[in-house]
Amino acid sequence: MIRDITLGQYYQADSVVHRLDPRTKLLGTLVYLISLFVFTKAWVFVAAATFLLICIFLSKVPFSYMLKGLKPILFILLFTLVLNMLFTKGTVLVSWWKFSITEEGLKQAGYMGTRLILLILGSNLMTLTTTPTRLTNAMEHVMKPLKVIHVPVHEIAMMMSIALRFIPILLEETDRIMKAQLARGADFESGNIIKKAKSFIPVLVPLFISAFRRANDLAMAMEARCYHGGNGRTQYRPLKYKGRDFAAYILLLIYLAAVIVIGKFLNL
Amino acid sequence: MNEYKLIADHLIYEYNKGTAQARKALDDVSFVLRSGEFVGLIGHTGSGKSTLVQHLVALLKPDSGTIYYEGADIFEKDYNRKALRGKVGLVFQYPEYQLFEETVLSEVSYGPKNMGMDKKEAELAAYAAIKRVGLEDECFDQSPFDLSGGQKRRVAIASVLAMKPEILILDEPTAGLDPAGRTELLDMIKELKDKEGITIVLVSHSMDDVAEAADRIIVMDKGKIIYDDEPRAVFTHIEELEAMGLGAPEMSYVLHELKAAGLPVDVNAITLKEAKEEILRALA
Amino acid sequence: MKKKNKEAAPSAKRKVSSFLSIRNLKYEYIRRDEENNVEGITTAVDDVSLDVKEGEFIAILGHNGSGKSTLAKHINAILFPEEGEVILDGMDTKDEEKLLDIRRTAGMVFQNPDNQIIGQVVDEDVAFGPENMGIPTDEIAQRVEESLKTLGMWDYRDSSPNRLSGGQKQRVSIASVIAMHPKCIILDEPTAMLDPRGRYEVIRAARALNEVEGITIILITHYMEEVIHAHRVFVMDKGRVKMEGTPREIFSRVQELKEMRLTVPQVTELAWELKKSGLRIPDGILTREELVKEILKLVSSRTGVSS
Repeated sequence: MIRDITLGQYYQADSVVHRLDPRTKLLGTLVYLISLFVFTKAWVFVAAATFLLICIFLSKVPFSYMLKGLKPILFILLFTLVLNMLFTKGTVLVSWWKFSITEEGLKQAGYMGTRLILLILGSNLMTLTTTPTRLTNAMEHVMKPLKVIHVPVHEIAMMMSIALRFIPILLEETDRIMKAQLARGADFESGNIIKKAKSFIPVLVPLFISAFRRANDLAMAMEARCYHGGNGRTQYRPLKYKGRDFAAYILLLIYLAAVIVIGKFLNL
Repeated sequence: MNEYKLIADHLIYEYNKGTAQARKALDDVSFVLRSGEFVGLIGHTGSGKSTLVQHLVALLKPDSGTIYYEGADIFEKDYNRKALRGKVGLVFQYPEYQLFEETVLSEVSYGPKNMGMDKKEAELAAYAAIKRVGLEDECFDQSPFDLSGGQKRRVAIASVLAMKPEILILDEPTAGLDPAGRTELLDMIKELKDKEGITIVLVSHSMDDVAEAADRIIVMDKGKIIYDDEPRAVFTHIEELEAMGLGAPEMSYVLHELKAAGLPVDVNAITLKEAKEEILRALA
Repeated sequence: MKKKNKEAAPSAKRKVSSFLSIRNLKYEYIRRDEENNVEGITTAVDDVSLDVKEGEFIAILGHNGSGKSTLAKHINAILFPEEGEVILDGMDTKDEEKLLDIRRTAGMVFQNPDNQIIGQVVDEDVAFGPENMGIPTDEIAQRVEESLKTLGMWDYRDSSPNRLSGGQKQRVSIASVIAMHPKCIILDEPTAMLDPRGRYEVIRAARALNEVEGITIILITHYMEEVIHAHRVFVMDKGRVKMEGTPREIFSRVQELKEMRLTVPQVTELAWELKKSGLRIPDGILTREELVKEILKLVSSRTGVSS
């Protein structure tokens, strides 16, 4: 049941997008996301969608698989659409009881919807084509300048990577403890919300104890293997930019230029 | 009468159904449990034995096939599965990791309370169960987390026993215990059967755990039941067991080797005492 | 039968050449209640002295709570002695400047296979130690390959640790330690959570490292069958070393072991029982082959007399 939840799920494939340096993908995604928010213009969205489609095509991730990623946000999507449609003031098109749909509302809803879909698809493409390890590695690199203002960059990256390793283990453990308490006659379903919340105490207490025990063991194991923070640490697979990364940056610059031109100077 | 307490009828269960990693954990499994039996369920990690016992208390639902407890189908829509878990108790592997209460007494009363007993009844049942697993009176008000590993495990077993089950299933109850702790726990389980008449299913990957106590041994491999017979009969398949990564009790090997070397011993002896007598007899 | 004093300090004589030397080590756990008052003191390690030579395979036996794991954690400076001293390869474990050197000299494999793998992929985990030691990138790759191949786990280098069996996870952990090129590996109950197949894999790996690579092995366990290949066995009870000797010497003292909540391998016990029944079988039988040979010897000597 609970094990079906996958986090940062990686889609195994051999494509140029998969092989890109994770920093390229991280920065690319960042630029792309910002571009979605700076201009609210139909043609900017067209440009963004084109850029995204090219990337999806190159990544060899099936489009149907990409669409599946939208499922969890379907509710939020519909909610924003309805909200925007009904509560934007302007030229009334249809009116019914206390509600009225305006031209501006329709437009606003369309923009918001498109923006959300493009946003989710774009960030999903990054997590689908980059292993969590490489992603945390990239974050450590990209955030390096923050070290100057005493942000513990290495520690944050290490914590993220350990969290990612232990999420599946803890999910499995939750499943096991729930089953063990069910075997002792626990009931997680009936009763009101307070009773339900209370029924989870026998799951949460053992889970926390176990998490602390694991953390303790892990700390000891790390120390035993000479871990002493990020100082003087070398890397097994240091990140190195390759030719394809420069090509990707050029493509990104072209996209950025196109978006600025369309957004700022063209009046379509 | 009432001969079959529980019947498993052609169970099939698949993990990760419909994906590339689909794997049959139970592949057409059928067997019966009789009242008052001690059954050893043996298989190595991944053989499907833990999946099977979770079906017996309706924590997993088979893809096809079903289970009857005292003649009733436990996967019927209106069947009371919560009450079933009181009658068929399951002690998970490393059960000490499920403890959560402040005192041993309240920990052990959790199950009986869930079964609908009032506070007094539940505490009486808990009291009896704690005594039953051999813990001292001082333990009652202690935090279960202050006990030693072996004692914690006893508390966890008591917490299932307190629901007064008719069948008690224990998944690898001796894992991680030292030799003396292991023997003590196995003796206690044997007593539950002999003195209280509780039907026992002991899940293990070690033949030595069950060789002495079990009336019957069920051997699983790759989701299938390979043997379901009394211990001596199962251990005659020493080579097949070996191929499954299980092997027979150490004593069987000694006697087989002696016999191969020409000493007229009966290879059916499985316990240390039997083996000793067999060798002394053959040498006399 | 109280030979306590005679047994307790058999290794107390100074040996300068020893690789690991533990002198009068004492360690206490202090339990406190909520108001921080001392509730009780448990002496986990009580006046332990022992010496290990380089290249030895040592086993430390004891029931749960006998202090064997606490002792082990002193060897690579995870715990520090309160009284006494631990000298590893000429370094005092209390010397903070030597901390990293000590830990790279003596690597440690723990009990729970899940709680000691740090990397999300097998090869990254093996690289973790060398990365911490500041080994250059090219050499890390070499060490990762060589260690995984030694443990027969090279084919799994791209796997997630979550997909491996318990025995395989422990082999990855051993490979991760090997990649640090230690002189000594401490295995702290590495097989307690494994099935027989996994146990066999891990013990075989430890023996091979000792025999082929000459790495000093310190194996902590309560499984009797695992120590029969050790050069020397120490038996601990209530924080003290109660016995020391070769497996054969140790296992000929069946009764004493039983008093310490331990057993002997089943074959040893059978031999002991047969001897008690009047058969002429020597003490300390360790394997099936030995027992069968001894019994057959009895048969042939008897037929020799009667014919």
